[in-house]
Amino acid sequence: MTPLLLQAAADTSRAYGEFPIIGARAAVWIAAEVHLMFAAFVLGVPLFAVVTEAIGIFGKDQRYDRLSKEFTRLLLVAYSATAIWGAVLTFFLATLYPRFFAYLTAVFGPSMWLYVCLFFVESFTLYLYYYGWDRWQTGRAKWGHWTLGILLNVWGTIVMLIANAWLTYMMSPPRDITPTTDPASIKLWHAIANATWMPINVHRLIANVVFGGAIVGAYASYRFLAAKTDEERAHYDWMGYVGNFIAISALIVLPFAGYWLGREIYQYDQSMGITMMGGFMSWLWVIQAFLIAVLFLAGNYYLWIGMGRIPGAERFRPYTKWLLIVLVLGALVWGTPHTMIADSQELAAMGGSHHPLLGALGVMSAKNTAVNLMILTTFLSFLLYRRANKRPVVPWARTGTLLQGAMFALAAAVVLFFGIRGYFVDAIVRIGFSVYQVGAVLSCILFVTIIDVLMARGAQSLGVIQWGKMPARSQYALFVLAVTFTWLMGLMGFARSGIRQHWHVWQVMQDTSPYAATPALGYASRMISLCVLIFLSLVAFVFWVGGLAEKSTYVPPSKGEGHVGH
Amino acid sequence: MNFARYARHPFWQAVAILVLAFVVIEWGIPALPGSAIVPASVVLQYMATVLVGVLIYVSDSEERWALFKAPLHAALVEPRLKPVRVTGLVLLPLLVGAVTLGQVRATVQAPPSLRSIHPAPPPEITFRGKTMTLTGLENPLRARPDSLPAFVAEGRRIYYQNCLPCHGDHLDGQGHYAAGFNPLPANFQDNGTIAQLTESFVFWRIAKGGPGLPREGTPWNSAMPRWEDFLTEREIWSVITFLYDQTGWKPRTWEKTGGEMRDAGGGHD
Repeated sequence: MTPLLLQAAADTSRAYGEFPIIGARAAVWIAAEVHLMFAAFVLGVPLFAVVTEAIGIFGKDQRYDRLSKEFTRLLLVAYSATAIWGAVLTFFLATLYPRFFAYLTAVFGPSMWLYVCLFFVESFTLYLYYYGWDRWQTGRAKWGHWTLGILLNVWGTIVMLIANAWLTYMMSPPRDITPTTDPASIKLWHAIANATWMPINVHRLIANVVFGGAIVGAYASYRFLAAKTDEERAHYDWMGYVGNFIAISALIVLPFAGYWLGREIYQYDQSMGITMMGGFMSWLWVIQAFLIAVLFLAGNYYLWIGMGRIPGAERFRPYTKWLLIVLVLGALVWGTPHTMIADSQELAAMGGSHHPLLGALGVMSAKNTAVNLMILTTFLSFLLYRRANKRPVVPWARTGTLLQGAMFALAAAVVLFFGIRGYFVDAIVRIGFSVYQVGAVLSCILFVTIIDVLMARGAQSLGVIQWGKMPARSQYALFVLAVTFTWLMGLMGFARSGIRQHWHVWQVMQDTSPYAATPALGYASRMISLCVLIFLSLVAFVFWVGGLAEKSTYVPPSKGEGHVGH
Repeated sequence: MNFARYARHPFWQAVAILVLAFVVIEWGIPALPGSAIVPASVVLQYMATVLVGVLIYVSDSEERWALFKAPLHAALVEPRLKPVRVTGLVLLPLLVGAVTLGQVRATVQAPPSLRSIHPAPPPEITFRGKTMTLTGLENPLRARPDSLPAFVAEGRRIYYQNCLPCHGDHLDGQGHYAAGFNPLPANFQDNGTIAQLTESFVFWRIAKGGPGLPREGTPWNSAMPRWEDFLTEREIWSVITFLYDQTGWKPRTWEKTGGEMRDAGGGHD
């Protein structure tokens, strides 16, 4: 411990600054969190924009092109906000945590210069991408324009990878780096390629797509509610649908990336992993479970209400209540805590913190089973939605539907079998079961989709989707999705960052400031909620500004028929 | 009889589902064999989930939503339903008041607290001056299977001499002194305690007790003594061997990955 004591003794020099009223840690916390939320927005939305522009080009559908442009318009203001909050964070770090910031610059200096350069390049690419939209509208110029969109994503992703290297180094510095290692002697790539860098990169990339989709959905719902004409309502209804579709689709694969990150954290340092999943951070996972259940319920609710605007959907309406029952039962199991919050009388009656009966629902086997069944149910909802106004005409339609049903039944059976079997085997075997469950669900999604696409060829249309004929409450479901995603991001980000506890850099550089103690969960939750509120207020401003610039990007359908399916 | 009409009406369906759910959670689950009361926090969580489900059900189609709202609307505006309206206006504030009173009233009961059941073990500990690396540590007594019955017998003796008053005759945390502790002593028969842990974790907990719990989860209330002051390393391993033998649980094993050892699993379960 001597090097650490020396480190603490050295703190007599100005190692920390102080911030009025809220304190240094809260100031940096707010700046970092709001910056991160904007960063996720400006990385997620371009992914979205470039994909929708491609759909517009390949499908020769102008609406997707205009949709893409509207997303990009939001980016301009959001981009400035990201940069402003990034500057606030940098200044706060430099003035409130100067010793730690000096350490980071000593290790990562060259990557910071590259970061700044890329920021410039990214900004100018964005300007060209947006302002060149109408000029480079056709032929080769359009392809060039689309390439700009791809480049925008490339720059943004590299910027994210660099920033991820800094923060992952803080939680998982390479093992050969000790408190006495001279930061200037650490090879840059060695510090960048630390244990959690790549898992975080993948996890954030997918999460950004989810987040971008959710925020775009919220924007569309805002514009839908404020719309004056049926045309506008139709356009923003469709935009909200696309946002929700992308968000929920990406959400389905997000837990697998999270699982990989969790494994890497365990592998790097077991005690860090246990603190996160089984120790004092474990309560955050109960909240996370509840919020994820909210996401599933709100996503499905939006689809079910949406069926009200699709001719032919009434055939499937009787089934939705059964899907709802599966989802609610899944949410009940998914949210059942293993260790329950109970007073002393309840504890005495239960014989401990674990309920003798419900405790069985609090373990991994039950959770995995519940969430996999919820994913399957959500996929089934989407399938019914997609098929609502179509009647397949291929001769093997009945066989295809039966085959799809059999695949669902098989996947559900595999999930249930391994879920129940998990109670009777050792932990080391049980962990492997989750791979089979996930494999069954993903295979089902893949093969059922392939069959569905083939079966939809030349399908008879039962009518055009009546975009815009959505009740206002459906739009609030989109708001709920956006708020829940933002909240989840803050909460889970705290869990990841908080497990460093009283270390700036885990077991390398101690936090010796008055704020070294890991905050209590109640305080953390309030701080995160405040950050969510600040971010959403600013986003509301961005939306408003977006509305000022141009009233609507609605263009009439370029094909004779409106959207069929999605 | 209008029962069938009520049964088909979304509003009364919603009321019936909520009442039924409450009855099942509050009284049905505890009545099942081997069960116990459901803590108020979990009842609230379950009821909130069911309520969300019910609201989704009544509002996911225009017709059902209109039907659902009709009785509420009628109760608020129709002259013939004035008694219902007045009763509601009296009962609702009373209900809010009762809930508020229930929350702020002083009781002798200690408030519910969030406890970390699986505190994070340190990578290594010092046991009577000897450094022991916990990661990958196995119970050394298991390397001598022929002597295992003797170790179990030794562990049983030590358990009944030292652990019985708190952890109980049946290893279920119901010892003579158990009622005096909050939190209760660990129940080893429960599938959420030693069944989820590696033997090295159990060794750490017995050796270091309450005072050796990590800082991040403070304040700890554990009354568990530091048994390294009273028992030898072999005696502690013997007790651990006895605990698993007596309860029938198998200790969590270590996963081998590229020469490294780690706890097989998340602690999430």
